Amino acid sequence: MFSSRFYTLVYISRTVRFFISFIHFNKEILFMAANLRLWLTACVLSAAAIIPGGAASAAGSSEVNPRGLVLSLSCSSCHGTDGKSVGLIPSIYGKSTSYIESAMLAFKSGARYSTVMSRHAKGYTDAEIRLIAEYFGRFSRNK
Amino acid sequence: MNMSQKISRRDFSKLLLTGATSASLGLFGTPSRAFGASKRVVVIGGGFGGAAAAKYLRKLDPSIAVTLVEPKAVFHTCPFSNWVLAGLRTMNDISQTYTVLKNKYQVNVIADSAVAIDSTRSTVKLKNGMVLSYDRLIVSPGIDFKWDAVPGHSEALANTRIPHAYQAGPQTTLLLNQLQSMRNGGKVIICPPANPFRCPPGPYERASLIAHYLKAKKPLSKILILDPKDKFSKQGLFKQGWEKLYPGMIEWRSGVTGGKVVKIDGTTMTVTTEFGEEKGDVINLIPPQKAGKIAFEAGLTDASGWCPVNPVSFESTIHPGIHVIGDSSIAGVMPKSGYAASSQGKVAAAAIVRLLQGKVPASPSLVNTCYSLIGTDYAISVAGVYKLTADGVVEIPGSGGLTPMNADADQLREEASFAVGWYNNIVHDTWG
Ligand SMILES: Cc1cc2nc3c(=O)[nH]c(=O)nc-3n(C[C@H](O)[C@H](O)[C@H](O)COP(=O)(O)OP(=O)(O)OC[C@H]3O[C@@H](n4cnc5c(N)ncnc54)[C@H](O)[C@@H]3O)c2cc1C
Repeated sequence: MFSSRFYTLVYISRTVRFFISFIHFNKEILFMAANLRLWLTACVLSAAAIIPGGAASAAGSSEVNPRGLVLSLSCSSCHGTDGKSVGLIPSIYGKSTSYIESAMLAFKSGARYSTVMSRHAKGYTDAEIRLIAEYFGRFSRNK
Repeated sequence: MNMSQKISRRDFSKLLLTGATSASLGLFGTPSRAFGASKRVVVIGGGFGGAAAAKYLRKLDPSIAVTLVEPKAVFHTCPFSNWVLAGLRTMNDISQTYTVLKNKYQVNVIADSAVAIDSTRSTVKLKNGMVLSYDRLIVSPGIDFKWDAVPGHSEALANTRIPHAYQAGPQTTLLLNQLQSMRNGGKVIICPPANPFRCPPGPYERASLIAHYLKAKKPLSKILILDPKDKFSKQGLFKQGWEKLYPGMIEWRSGVTGGKVVKIDGTTMTVTTEFGEEKGDVINLIPPQKAGKIAFEAGLTDASGWCPVNPVSFESTIHPGIHVIGDSSIAGVMPKSGYAASSQGKVAAAAIVRLLQGKVPASPSLVNTCYSLIGTDYAISVAGVYKLTADGVVEIPGSGGLTPMNADADQLREEASFAVGWYNNIVHDTWG
């Protein structure tokens, strides 16, 4: 049997994902509209196009830290594009900066149980963890 | 072979200052297309590296026009192809297509092969004669095999009797059919290659999952691994798992104990090692490897047979303007994995977005995680976080590492579930 902490994790992540899918649907439409606009103005290197992360510009966030971006892109291989998981691994999408930062710090110190996350978290300085948390925190309504 | 790419200290500081060897070249050196027109990036190869790079280029900067050249309409992933051999997945389960890249991300996908790269004119020629111009080129062609490394072996033999099953697709099906028609009590011989090769734990996960199938269906059978190496990835964990789940079924012979294969005979199904002959009912010889063919033809490889790159942007150190990612690249101590290829694809995409804007790419960190399934509820993993230093791409001390040797059954079962979770997300993140 799985341990109960594992089931709790899966349950929480599924519930959260269910609600997020509604929010996401709207964002997706905004994103597509933004894309279309960008296509029409492709000749001009518009300010919106320079901001890395089309989804983020549609969500109305400001300039993305380029280092935060490259650090965060690797997370999506396990946690899904923009941190939206389609599988059993918990989503990062929608979580706040402070939640992600404290979770990563707890994985890093070993205070929080994990199979693989503590091995990853130990690869980042606290400042880098902050950058990653800020990157994903942009998708959250609670910054 | 020294895998870690040495950079002199002066070069390193220069690299961090300018971000890439040709940050300025991108602006002034490459032939500039009609002023103000959207920038063009061509990607060769729609596997883990190339597909991820194409998607993320479009996602990060929708003003860039991205063309992906890939001959296969359906891509079968090597990850989880060992699960197919065990009967735990079908070939359909490991199929990916380019529909979402085309429709959602507006990547121009061309179903063809690149046959030549002209780095001075910045063009790629396709098999059908079409010529594509680029501002930046990404090359992610995976691996090619050194067919002449084992006397008696050939590509024709691999396509009929001795499959490698190290590029998923018809090769996987061939090995699967051979295993299914093998008698109970037969011997399966697996011959892994010398380092470096794609997916270092791959041959040993394969041995485990073939054992899973044989234990249930043909329990008198045996597996013999003839290895030129004296140690292998996750060795302690694999051996522990084999003892627990398949006692007496798998024998691993190291290089010094006669594992090195010196000849193969496909007619008599005999493998000759430095110590004698072994007959197999099924032989899975995985030849030594080198960068994909197009990388050689474009002069992107060095004497090692792989492609040296600047690890900030994965731009070739031989031909500026061309970025090599995935298995073909020399990425320091990073293993050649789908995860690594995808991570590099995204780093290269982010770097190219900045280079095309005349900006310096941010210093990346690269990540790898490789799950290996030993039995249905039993998986192990290796993780790594990598950084750029004066010695090239190195693992960050204290990070990464293996599933602990004393992991309990709960943890091994969780890792098996996370292996599935990982697969679902990475294929969605790459092709979906
Ligand atoms: C049995 C096995 C199990 C594995 N398991 C895992 C795992 O669990 N986790 C993991 O992370 N990795 C795993 N890997 C490793 C992973 O498959 C590779 O590292 C990964 O595919 C490398 O990505 P790539 O983009 O370099 O090459 P590929 O994914 O091989 O893609 C290369 C693509 O380029 C195309 N191409 C080649 N030449 C041309 C050309 N001239 N023009 C146009 N297109 C071209 C090819 O058709 C191909 O589609 C496994 C490998 C094997 C063999």
